[in-house]
Amino acid sequence: MAAVFEKTNLLTDKQFHYCPGCNHGIIHRLIAEVIEEMRMGKKVIGVAPVGCSAFAYEYFNCDMFLAAHGRAPATATGIKRARPDSLVFTYQGDGDLASIGTAEIVHAAHRGEKISTIFVNNAVYGMTGGQMAPTTLLGQITTTSPKGRDASVSGTPLKVCELLAAVPDTYYVERCALNTNANILKAKKAIRKAFEYQMEGKGFCMVEILSACPTNWGMSPVESMKWIEEKMIPYYPLGVYKDKGAEQ
Amino acid sequence: MALTLMKGSEAIAEAAVRAGARYFFGYPITPQTEIPEYMAARLPEVGGCFLQSESELAAINMVYGAAGVGERAITSSSSPGISLKQEGISMCAGARVPFVMLNVMRGGPGLGSIQASQGDYNQGVKGGGNGDYHLITYAPTSIQEAVDIMFFAYDKAERYRVPVLFLADGIIAQMMEPIEMPEMIDYKVDPEKKPWAATGWEPGDDPEKRAQITSLFINTEELSAHTDELQATYSEIKKNEVMYDTYQIDDADIIITAFGTVARVAKSAIDELRAEGIKAGLFRPITVWPFPDEALAAAARKAKAVLDIEVNEGQMLEDVKLAVDDKRMVDFFGHCGSLMPSLEEIKAKVYQMKEKM
Amino acid sequence: MIHVSIDERVCKGCGLCVRACPKNVLALSKTKLNAKGYHPAEVAVPEACIGCASCARTCPDVAIGIVKE
Repeated sequence: MAAVFEKTNLLTDKQFHYCPGCNHGIIHRLIAEVIEEMRMGKKVIGVAPVGCSAFAYEYFNCDMFLAAHGRAPATATGIKRARPDSLVFTYQGDGDLASIGTAEIVHAAHRGEKISTIFVNNAVYGMTGGQMAPTTLLGQITTTSPKGRDASVSGTPLKVCELLAAVPDTYYVERCALNTNANILKAKKAIRKAFEYQMEGKGFCMVEILSACPTNWGMSPVESMKWIEEKMIPYYPLGVYKDKGAEQ
Repeated sequence: MALTLMKGSEAIAEAAVRAGARYFFGYPITPQTEIPEYMAARLPEVGGCFLQSESELAAINMVYGAAGVGERAITSSSSPGISLKQEGISMCAGARVPFVMLNVMRGGPGLGSIQASQGDYNQGVKGGGNGDYHLITYAPTSIQEAVDIMFFAYDKAERYRVPVLFLADGIIAQMMEPIEMPEMIDYKVDPEKKPWAATGWEPGDDPEKRAQITSLFINTEELSAHTDELQATYSEIKKNEVMYDTYQIDDADIIITAFGTVARVAKSAIDELRAEGIKAGLFRPITVWPFPDEALAAAARKAKAVLDIEVNEGQMLEDVKLAVDDKRMVDFFGHCGSLMPSLEEIKAKVYQMKEKM
Repeated sequence: MIHVSIDERVCKGCGLCVRACPKNVLALSKTKLNAKGYHPAEVAVPEACIGCASCARTCPDVAIGIVKE
C-alpha cells in the first residue's frame, strides 16, 4: 500500500479551528510539508501572529512562538540572530503584517533579515469578525466599511509584494493563490524556495498567499474561491515580484 | 581588584556582557544612548549581537525572540521608550520569558525632559502593561551597585522566569565613578535548565518539550491556572528577594525614604541634621518590587515620622504609606520636572516637620 | 486500486474537494451529519478516481488520505 497522499507529521494532531473553507489550513499544510521535505524539523522555529492563525503554535509540530500583533518579524529577528542556522519563519495575516506590523515587516526586509515570511492576505480581519484591512478591496463591504471601502476615506488597498520588492535587501517576493490545484503546487514551490534561500543565507523572503475567508466575506467556500479569481487576483496579480537568485 | 573610572551607561553595559548577555536590541534615546553605543562596539568582540531596531517596541519583541530560545537578552531605554515597550513586557511576563531591561529615567510625562527623574516608578513597579504581572525591579543608587546587581539579575530572572527591570535615574547612566568590575562568567544555554525554551525539537521528541512560547490562554480555566502559578511565583519572590539599605536608622526620630541617587542627597542631609541635633535616618529600598514593606513598617514603628523624597509627584510615597499603615505621620517632598531635591530643601522640610511632631 | 479516505470527524463540509476533483468522484453527503453538524464529503464514484490528489491538496483540514495498492 503506497501512500499517494498523507498528513505530514509536521502538523500536530490538533484539529484546525478554522472556518469551513478557510485557506489557513491549506497554507499550514504546505509549510509543514516543505519543512518535512527539507528535513528541517529539528531546526525550525515558527512565529505565529495575532489573528485567526494565532493558534498556529498548536498546529505546527515544531518549536513555536506566538508574537504580539504585528511584531512577528521583530520576534523572528531576535530568534534568527540568536540561532542563525535555524529555519525561522513568520506566519502573518494582512491585519498583522500590512497594518499594525508594517514597520516591523519593512524593517526586517530593510535589514535583509534571513527569515521567511508567509503572508496570508484574505482582505479582512478574520478573528475579530470581518473588519476592513489595508488589503480590503475598494467597494468591498466589511463590518468597518459598511458601505464598501471608499478610497477617499481609507485609501486604496495596499500591495505588499510590490511594496517590499522595492526594499533593497529583499531577496525574493512572490504572490500566490490557492484557487486551483496548479496554484496550490506553485504556492508550495514558492514556500520551498523562500525557505531554501533562507538556509543559503540569502536574505529576506516573503510569499504572499491570497486566501479565502468565507465566513467574513459572507460567501460559501466555493464562491469564495471564485471571488478570489474574479476580484482579488486582478487587483493582486500573482507572480514573482523579485527573485535575486533568478536574476543571477 | 582594580578600580576603573567608568561612565554609568558603559559600566552597566559591560557588567551585562560579563554576566552573560550576548543579545542587545535597542534604540537611541537620551539619556541612555551610551548603552547601545557601548554594546555596538562590545558585543561583536564576544560573539554577541547588537541590533539597533526600528523602534523600542520592535526591540522588546526581538528580546522576546532571543530570550525565548534561551539566550540572555537585554534592552535599555529611557521613559518614553519604556512606555513603547509595555505591551511587549506584559507579553514576556505572561509567557514567563526572562530577560533584563534598563530604564534610565528622564523627565515626563510625554517627552518631558532629558534630565534625570524618577517619574516611572509606578510604570515599572505597578506594571505599565496589561494584566496582573510584576517585574523584579531594582533601583540602584550608584554605578557600583548597578554593576553588582547585574551580576545576579539574570540568575534571578531565570530562576523565577520573571523579567528584571533596572530603574535607574538619568544620573546613574550619565555620571562617572570608580568601579570594581567582576570577571566575565561563561554562560551557555542549557536546554535542561530551560526546558520551556525553543532549543530544538522535532516530531518524535518528547511532546512536552515542544516549545510553545505564548501568553495566550484562550481557555479561561487554563489562564486562571496560569496566573495562579504567576502569583505563586511573585509570593516566592517577595519572600526571598527583598533588598534594602539603611543609614543611621536605629535611633532615628525621622526616617527619610528615598531610592536611587536621591538617597545620596538624603544621606548628606542626615549627616548635617545629626550635627544639628536632629536624629534623622535613611531607609532605601533597593528592590522597589518586591517592596520592603515589612522592614519599613518595623523601622517606622521605632521612629516618630517618615519623610519620603523623590524626583516625581510622590509615587513610591504610596508604597511607603501602605507600609507605615498610618502608624506614623508620613510626609513628602519632591519635584517632578527633573529637579533634584537639594540638601537645603530636605533639611528645611525636616525642620518644618519637627514643628508638627 | 486507489483508495480515497475522508475523515468524517475532521471534514467541515466546505465542498472544496468536490469542486477540485476533475472526475466528479466526490460529493457532500446528503444524509450523514458529523459531530460538528456538517455534511461530510464522501467518495461517491470511487472507480472514477485517478489518484491525482487534487482533493487532498485543496482540503483545508487535511481530512483526505489517498493510498494506492
